Amino acid sequence: MTSPLSFVLNGRREVPDGAGPTDTLLGYLRAGRTRRLTGTKEGCAEGDCGSCTVLLGARDDDAPHGIRYRLANACILLMPMVHGRAIVTVEALKGPAGELHPCQQSIVDTHGSQCGFCTPGFVMALRALQSGDHGAGPAATATDALAGNLCRCTGYGPLIDAADAVRDAPLPDWDIARQAEERALLDVIAAEGADTIEVAAGDRRALVPQTADAFAAAVTANPDARIVAGATDVGLWVTKQDRDLPTTIYLGHVAAFGETTARDGKLRIGASVTYADIHARLADLWPDLGELIRRIGGPQVRASGTICGNIANGSPIGDMPPALIALGAELILRMGDARRRMPLEDFFLQYGKQDLAAGEFVEAVEIPLETPPGQLACYKISKRFESDISAVLAAVNVTAEGKRITGARIAFGGMAGVPKRARAVERALRGEPFTVATFVGAARHIADDFAPLDDLRGSAGYRLATARNLLIKYGLERTGDTSATRLTGLDAAVA
Amino acid sequence: MNAQRNRHVAPAPRADGGVGTAKAHDSAPLHVTGEAVYVDDIAVPSDTLHAHIALSDVAHGRLTSLDIAAVRAAPGVVDVITAADVPGVNDVSPIAGDDPMLAADTISYNGQALFAVAAETQLQARRAAKHAVVDIDAGSPIVTIDQAMDAGSLLGPPEVMESGDLDDALARTPHRLQGRLYIGGQEHLYLEGQAALAIPGEGRDVTVHASTQHPTEIQHKVAHVLGLASHDVTVEVRRMGGAFGGKESQGNLPACIAALLAVRTRRPVKVVYDRDDDMRVTGKRHDFRIDYDVGFDDHGRITALDVTHAIRCGMSWDLSEPIGDRAMFHADNCYFLEHARITSYRCKTHTASNTAFRGFGGPQGMIGMERIIDHVAYALGRDALAVRRANFYDHRDAPAPKRRTTPYNMAVEDCIIQDLADGVARTSHYAARCEEIAAWNAANPVLKKGIALTPVRFGISFTKTFLNQAGALVHVYNDGSIGLNHGGTEMGQGLFTKVAQVVAEEFQVDADRVKITATTTGKVPNTSATAASSGADLNGMAAANAARKIKTRIAAHLAEQHQAAPEDVRFLPGRIAVGGQEMSFDDAVMSAYMARVPLSATGFYATPKIGWNKQERTGRPFFYFAYGAAVTEAVIDTLTGENRLLRADILHDVGRSLNPAIDRGQIEGGYVQGAGWLTTEELVWDAAGALKTHAPSTYKIPTSADRPPELNIAIYDRGANAEETVYRSKAVGEPPFMLAISAFFAISDAIARAGGGQYPDLQAPATPERVLAALKASGLADAAERFGAGQ
Repeated sequence: MTSPLSFVLNGRREVPDGAGPTDTLLGYLRAGRTRRLTGTKEGCAEGDCGSCTVLLGARDDDAPHGIRYRLANACILLMPMVHGRAIVTVEALKGPAGELHPCQQSIVDTHGSQCGFCTPGFVMALRALQSGDHGAGPAATATDALAGNLCRCTGYGPLIDAADAVRDAPLPDWDIARQAEERALLDVIAAEGADTIEVAAGDRRALVPQTADAFAAAVTANPDARIVAGATDVGLWVTKQDRDLPTTIYLGHVAAFGETTARDGKLRIGASVTYADIHARLADLWPDLGELIRRIGGPQVRASGTICGNIANGSPIGDMPPALIALGAELILRMGDARRRMPLEDFFLQYGKQDLAAGEFVEAVEIPLETPPGQLACYKISKRFESDISAVLAAVNVTAEGKRITGARIAFGGMAGVPKRARAVERALRGEPFTVATFVGAARHIADDFAPLDDLRGSAGYRLATARNLLIKYGLERTGDTSATRLTGLDAAVA
Repeated sequence: MNAQRNRHVAPAPRADGGVGTAKAHDSAPLHVTGEAVYVDDIAVPSDTLHAHIALSDVAHGRLTSLDIAAVRAAPGVVDVITAADVPGVNDVSPIAGDDPMLAADTISYNGQALFAVAAETQLQARRAAKHAVVDIDAGSPIVTIDQAMDAGSLLGPPEVMESGDLDDALARTPHRLQGRLYIGGQEHLYLEGQAALAIPGEGRDVTVHASTQHPTEIQHKVAHVLGLASHDVTVEVRRMGGAFGGKESQGNLPACIAALLAVRTRRPVKVVYDRDDDMRVTGKRHDFRIDYDVGFDDHGRITALDVTHAIRCGMSWDLSEPIGDRAMFHADNCYFLEHARITSYRCKTHTASNTAFRGFGGPQGMIGMERIIDHVAYALGRDALAVRRANFYDHRDAPAPKRRTTPYNMAVEDCIIQDLADGVARTSHYAARCEEIAAWNAANPVLKKGIALTPVRFGISFTKTFLNQAGALVHVYNDGSIGLNHGGTEMGQGLFTKVAQVVAEEFQVDADRVKITATTTGKVPNTSATAASSGADLNGMAAANAARKIKTRIAAHLAEQHQAAPEDVRFLPGRIAVGGQEMSFDDAVMSAYMARVPLSATGFYATPKIGWNKQERTGRPFFYFAYGAAVTEAVIDTLTGENRLLRADILHDVGRSLNPAIDRGQIEGGYVQGAGWLTTEELVWDAAGALKTHAPSTYKIPTSADRPPELNIAIYDRGANAEETVYRSKAVGEPPFMLAISAFFAISDAIARAGGGQYPDLQAPATPERVLAALKASGLADAAERFGAGQ
């Protein structure tokens, strides 16, 4: 049984008529003749500028008012994904007498708007910061909370000041009242007990199963369907490539896929667990992995993007696979009721090809918990620190007993057509004394492991040189050199 | 008039929001609520069509056939136009007539417009365009400056500017060195892309709402393309979502396409560029190659300089002539060059035609000079600031100044750069921090810090003298509210707010009483682009001129009524005093209205003193100069080339500020945008001429975390324009951009301090890859050697 799409928009229930399966929320909001919520802007249509930022709320009994908001880029949020969610746009923030919300007033007060085009997106980021829903992870600074929003005019100082001004300011009564109304409406939608939501236009359709069983049935019945989690990549197929997606199946509404469990010395991360969901936990286990996740996308992207999606799409420049390979992660693939498991590195066959059958999907990734916190280093090299795609991503995990190296799991992104282990380097390290000289020697084998390409992010020569140097840096950091080696993150020696 | 009542008007201390106050941007409440309307937000009639412009995927070649039959037949398509459908002139160029609106036969760059489709929806238009059958006989493109220079591919003959006797001075100089600096271009990345909405009117009329800095030019281009007169075309712009020069000429294409389709279909037509299309179609900041051959003495004082600019103009002139000229005008920055030759090659390449961008060539010319100073200082082993000081133009108060003539033969009469450089060196503790950095670096083999102080001197005025004019229109309504219109456009820089403050100050009323209205060619004609930082200088003066006309009329009326002399009528805050009595502004206005006094006036301003004859190289191109100085500290990672800006201190001269909050915003925004240009923002084309960085996913402008965590901005507190500008203020749009040159040289300094022993030869932008290359070029041993031995 399928039911139609229904969600809450600025405190009112919507049952959108004629929304297509790959329509974006941004297009829906801005459309003439109906909504004309034009405060939400299109700046890039690829989730990189934050001008289209909205709040995406879901029922959460642990949240102060029964609803937990996350930031989302409306430009790549596809309509089926908003079923049973509450969308809040900039138009909903003013008070009943037209008074500005604190997150709006603070930007006026700090002279934080110039051209004003990015401003609604910043307002929404501030609103999320104000209620602790920014999802920017542990120890988030104002710049972390704003990392998903670009401004070309101000130089950001006033916006940082505005963020600092609102982060501890109470929400106004009208905002809390709206949350209560939204929660009540979401309860109504939930109580309707839909099994699978279907959004169709012509012969194109999207299915949003609400339970694991419904999901399994949908995938079995549509083995060629494209499975979509956070759509931070698939959204661009739609907006940038106008790619045809006859059938899509969304896994974000299946509660079981959103679970993370620790058992038998392993951390199991479900298919729809987002970066934001797991950031704090991973940062706690491995600080460098926390810092890596801090730099992936902005809060909007991390609230939608999933760990398993970053694996499943097979990108050679996804940041999570090298880090998880270095930790010895295993993948659990599922087709119907059948499951198989494999080391993560074996999943990536060649550029654009993964070991994944039609109808099969990544159900979870499991990370062994044996690696001590400081043993894993993640180095993300990109032109810009925040929200950039890596030229080189190095994840290094070297085990020692006494002064001798006993094991090494080293994986790189950006160096080959797939995320890949540096086997020759690992071999050169094993059994050797744990000294910088050993790392210097082993680093020479990078050229045996990789023959990277030139592209817009870096030349082959730069990639090889940097990969070598990062192994040396790991050696320096692990052998007790106390000099500064980091430019960002908690261990940065410079403010 | 009840004089009795008016005597009891409470004296207001000062009208609210006048000149010099930190009044918030007039649209701030609309910005934060999402109610501010941009072109794509305008409520449109339900029959509005959406147009898509189809672009060439080939950079160079001949268009041998273009079959659009299938495009016409695609769902939702209402009209398709090609070059053959242009009723007037197929050109959207600002000056030279060399930018075809739609390609006719020659393909000059990847991203060139081939044809346009109007359909019921945007998606239909975009999908329909894919059905075209395009045949291009492709040639091999010239993409880079080096390729163009090797091939002799130039738009015109090189320009040369000379002072003194260079060859003789070079022959006699104690020291001499040469170098080359490549400077990458820059994408504007205004958050609102190019957009236009054309609405056909009755007869031949057409109205265009455009996101443009230059409504008059769009009016002209639409008229030319459609074969109309200017009075048939009205162009309106309330605000832009950022522009930075990128909407000076680049709005012509979408506006003309929208207008032609609207006239043909008799329906409103909207063109909104997708971000990727925007970046492929539109021009950017010019990238430069600068070669220098410099002679200098033991103190680093420059005795002779031969500097050559090779600039990438792209496929056509656009604004490259004045941009190349402005780079030459700023090739000296703050330094006296007695014997100099400045040569400029304007390279023609098969890439988008490069265009105006904040600074308009000035930043490139200036960074070239700063590089020369930096290189000289390194060669002598002297502190770069000391070498800078040795070369400054004489201070304006210098007795018997000898060093003040520029290579273009204009005397620098207002030089205050010494005050600014000394001031920021003091407040930033420059000298002490140089020592601290040396100590820090000694203890840190992987990370290295560096610091630099660079000055800015930027010439204010359009160097095409005729452009230095502006008009305004002021209405005082009979309820005392005021309507303001002028030829300047609002792109976020706060121009509307500043000009409203000027008008409020003139009338001595609260600024909120002045309503700012959208710029339209129907109200103020024949305007210049809002560009060259001139917006407030020109339009503020024009608006003041209009306000003063009305004040004069009100004063004459009140004087007559009260049997006083007009010069005894005084406009006080919120009220007017005459003949020992006071009345409210509202009552005075109503009184004037009842007496049939005209309460509307146009104002006009033409900048005095200036006049530049390019052919003769005589006259005065600039009314005055704006100055600033900045100190930036940076840190690099010698293993990866990654770098961060740690702290910046800025002291900037805005004359007497019209609005310190807005000026601070321009200073900070300019610095961060400039730092982006020189660090993370890298444009990459492939060998076939395709731009590979065409969206924010691949082209990285600064985020909030890239702003130096410590950024101290001070407005020069003794600033006052020596020239009679509006309230003695100075232009502030562009000059602060160049403060970021200090960031580049801080990174370069960090490389030099890593100890390789050679000059770093850092190229811009300072991406991690270029920093690592510069470390290597500086002679620093590779990491294996540095860390491998003895561990």
